[in-house]
Amino acid sequence: MYEGGALSALVPAGPQAAHIHTLWLVMLTVCALVFAAVLGALAVAMRRAPRGDETTEPDTNMLGNDEPALRRAVSFGIAASAALLIGLLVTSIVIERALAQLPLHDALHIRLTGHQWWWEATYDDAKPANVFATANELHIPVGRPIVLTLEADDVIHSFWVPNLHGKKDLIPGRTATITFRADAAGTYRGQCAEFCGYQHANMALLVIAEPPERYELWAAAERTSAPQPTEPLAQRGQQVFLQSTCAMCHAIAGTPANGRRAPDLTHVASRRRIGAGTLPNDPVTLSAWISDPQRIKPGVNMPAHVLPGADLQALVAYLGTLK
Amino acid sequence: MNVDATAGALAPEPRSEASVAELLHARRFGAWADAPGWLGALCTIDHKRVGRRFIVTAFGFFIAGGAVAGLMRLQLARPDSTLIGPDLYNQLFTVHGTSMMFVFAVPIMQAMGVYFVPLMVGARNIAFPRLIAYAYWVYLFGGLMLYAALVLGIGPDAGWFSYTPLAGPQYGVGKRSDFWAQLITFTEVSGLLIAVAVITTVFKLRAPGMTLNRMPLFVWSLLVASFMIVFALPSVMIASTTLILDRLVGTHFFNPAEGGDALLWQHLFWFFGHPEVYLIFLPGLGFVSTIVVTFARRPVFGYVAIVLSLIATGFLAFGLWVHHMFATNVPELGKSFFTAASMVIAIPTATQLFCWIATLWTGRIVVRTPLLFVLGFFFILVLGGLTGIMLAAVPLDLQLHDTFFVVAHLHYVLIGGGVFPLFGAFYYWFPKVTGRMLDETLGRWNFWLFFIGFNVAFFPMHILGLQGMPRRVYTYAAETGWGPLNLVASLGAVIVVASVLLFVVNVVRSYRIGAHAGANPWRASTLEWATDSPPPPGNFHPPLAVTRGAPLWERGGVSGFVEGLANDPPEVLVTTLLDASPHHRLAFPTPTIWPLLAAIATTVLFIASIFTPWAVVWGSIPVAITLIGWFWPRRDETKKRLRLERLP
Repeated sequence: MYEGGALSALVPAGPQAAHIHTLWLVMLTVCALVFAAVLGALAVAMRRAPRGDETTEPDTNMLGNDEPALRRAVSFGIAASAALLIGLLVTSIVIERALAQLPLHDALHIRLTGHQWWWEATYDDAKPANVFATANELHIPVGRPIVLTLEADDVIHSFWVPNLHGKKDLIPGRTATITFRADAAGTYRGQCAEFCGYQHANMALLVIAEPPERYELWAAAERTSAPQPTEPLAQRGQQVFLQSTCAMCHAIAGTPANGRRAPDLTHVASRRRIGAGTLPNDPVTLSAWISDPQRIKPGVNMPAHVLPGADLQALVAYLGTLK
Repeated sequence: MNVDATAGALAPEPRSEASVAELLHARRFGAWADAPGWLGALCTIDHKRVGRRFIVTAFGFFIAGGAVAGLMRLQLARPDSTLIGPDLYNQLFTVHGTSMMFVFAVPIMQAMGVYFVPLMVGARNIAFPRLIAYAYWVYLFGGLMLYAALVLGIGPDAGWFSYTPLAGPQYGVGKRSDFWAQLITFTEVSGLLIAVAVITTVFKLRAPGMTLNRMPLFVWSLLVASFMIVFALPSVMIASTTLILDRLVGTHFFNPAEGGDALLWQHLFWFFGHPEVYLIFLPGLGFVSTIVVTFARRPVFGYVAIVLSLIATGFLAFGLWVHHMFATNVPELGKSFFTAASMVIAIPTATQLFCWIATLWTGRIVVRTPLLFVLGFFFILVLGGLTGIMLAAVPLDLQLHDTFFVVAHLHYVLIGGGVFPLFGAFYYWFPKVTGRMLDETLGRWNFWLFFIGFNVAFFPMHILGLQGMPRRVYTYAAETGWGPLNLVASLGAVIVVASVLLFVVNVVRSYRIGAHAGANPWRASTLEWATDSPPPPGNFHPPLAVTRGAPLWERGGVSGFVEGLANDPPEVLVTTLLDASPHHRLAFPTPTIWPLLAAIATTVLFIASIFTPWAVVWGSIPVAITLIGWFWPRRDETKKRLRLERLP
């Protein structure tokens, strides 16, 4: 298992991925048998036919004779292929139906927007005050269905968490939905699966499935504004944040920073990774990232920030308080 | 010294031995022969010379595209590799895909058709030979433009599929995607022209007596593939033109903010893109049919079934394109239809596989390198076809789409279905083209290294895809655990490179010192083996008439000769579509420099219009001038032709 989350289509952690996994097993079995049968027939043909060389007189006696034995064998092969294909088609449609019939009672609705190269998530709620935004990390309650509404801000991206479900594209100008459920607690890695430019390779997101009560605690924390810093260093860091270019793109609820072009940082310190799943979230990595993100993710839209050492240290300290 | 002087005085014009030979050559083959030297080479409209340089050029682009893939495998061999950054990597995989699909696979299949279809149907040249010369030059210049852009570091970088909006004006900055779109224009023009020429050759220039049901299966496969080109390429032509318009003059076909649609691009692209896979695959099937028959020493079992399968594939291939788009929000019911269509297309392929197995079953088998490549084809293609059935199922595709599983699948299908038969065809027809045999021992090494290297390189990618590795990533973290299998894949790539180098060595060596082949070294049944190796200008002197499907194998197969056709001006016999009964004599065009000049003018127009839309206006003037030159009648030729006119 990968520290950044489980990542495999063969280890389903929810009903959708499990349905697809069943189909995979059926397909794999049938296809393996067909492969063995066809190659076996070829091997027998090669073994039983006598050898010749270029001087061997060609045999044209069968012209005008329709070779009934061969005809029966080939017709049988074609009929068997057709029957198997119909079987696989029906299986595929049955699984598709099962995917479409996930019960959605009491579903959690999340809007996910793809950006070059990060994920913006907005948790919907009937009460507007309970709506909150986060980025690159989804927490979901185990056992509760999720309805993800997918949109893209710039180019096409694709949402894919193999342990939970197949993919769904996020296409600019269109809205798509994907529904799934996690039945086992755990951290699952998602990855953009549609080529989206320079940093397509480093556009991951984590889906953290946890028991409902822990999820509620997390959601309650996310709904709050960022705490005001109390320590002098962090206070200075907040000044750095608000007076430099950071605030032009990032938002921190409870401060005047309200940029929407980059991930919301209100609770950035509670996230496990930064740079869309690329790096662990610790002070050293964070300051390296702030100073020169281009070195880590070449082409990323965040510019380099040449801050005096003390300012950088203060900024990282402030970000560290945003639990 | 003295003797030489006398000899010089005796001969009115001193000639070298070579030029005497050329003179005799020209006299014997009349206007079919090209003028000697460079000018003759540039002016040639002989389908064999054009076809040969077409094949060599396309193979050169195969090597180039392979080298690009080698760089990608070098980068992916280890996790967190910093050898190649995202900017270069994105150009590499875009150029690799674009080059292999548009500049290698489709053109080389068509080039094999340009060379062998006229020979196999007993024609003296291909229909519209000047158009073929033009198509070659346009293709060459387009391919060179693509690689020039890559070398200059401004190669296209939005993938060979160039999805909008990533390739559109807002996100595809610079001129990179314009190079891609214009490359498509170059290859479209070239591909469509060749398709038209092949169809016309097959329909109207067959040897008298070669009814449709006596046509070699390779000719059938090229015929169906050519029709597919005629119907598929216009779709990508619309796509690339509208993309250029979006980028160059600010239209909004693919811009959702202005009422365009990003998904429209995918429909247009894949409506072409899926048939494209099959139009690479069908000629491959044609090679297999040809090789199986010759090396099983018997006519194919199920000729009619195979022909109908080829035609069925040609139709069905147009009904599958949405299976590239299952992860988009196309309506679910519609997707099921495309699942069914994608599975149905397996049946004609299975039919052909069974017919070949039946043919081998009852044959007397000659195991030579071409047949080895066909056996390799069976293994790889069947595996790739079966993973294709997996991908046709919507739910499974949602997991596998855009992962390394698909990378594995498409290489199994295209290399198994296209490249392995192609290499078999190289070994099979090399003696016809050059007059010399390829070395058999090197050939076996070539085959086994290719077969083993290919499977080592691509089989692990199935597993990587299931483990979550997406396509088109320039790097991956060590903690994903994808490192070891990627290293194995890269080692497999090294073996494939060794194998292809061995092939090149074999070709160069055999071209110079290979055993002489004679007219029909494999004792095969089809008409191309009835003429010399290499075939003379004008192919058949005199042209043949046939009465059997396997003319060189059956008593009375070649039933006579066509008389009364002039060599100067070159004349061909036009026959009827179904029965190939003689219809009329047709005076053929003669070699000329104009196709090359027209291709240069076209290239200027296409490349300049990357930078300014006005190039379409002023660039059309030189194109018009060269086309007028092309069609301008020549007084001396008209006279000669009039002299040959006779009242019935």
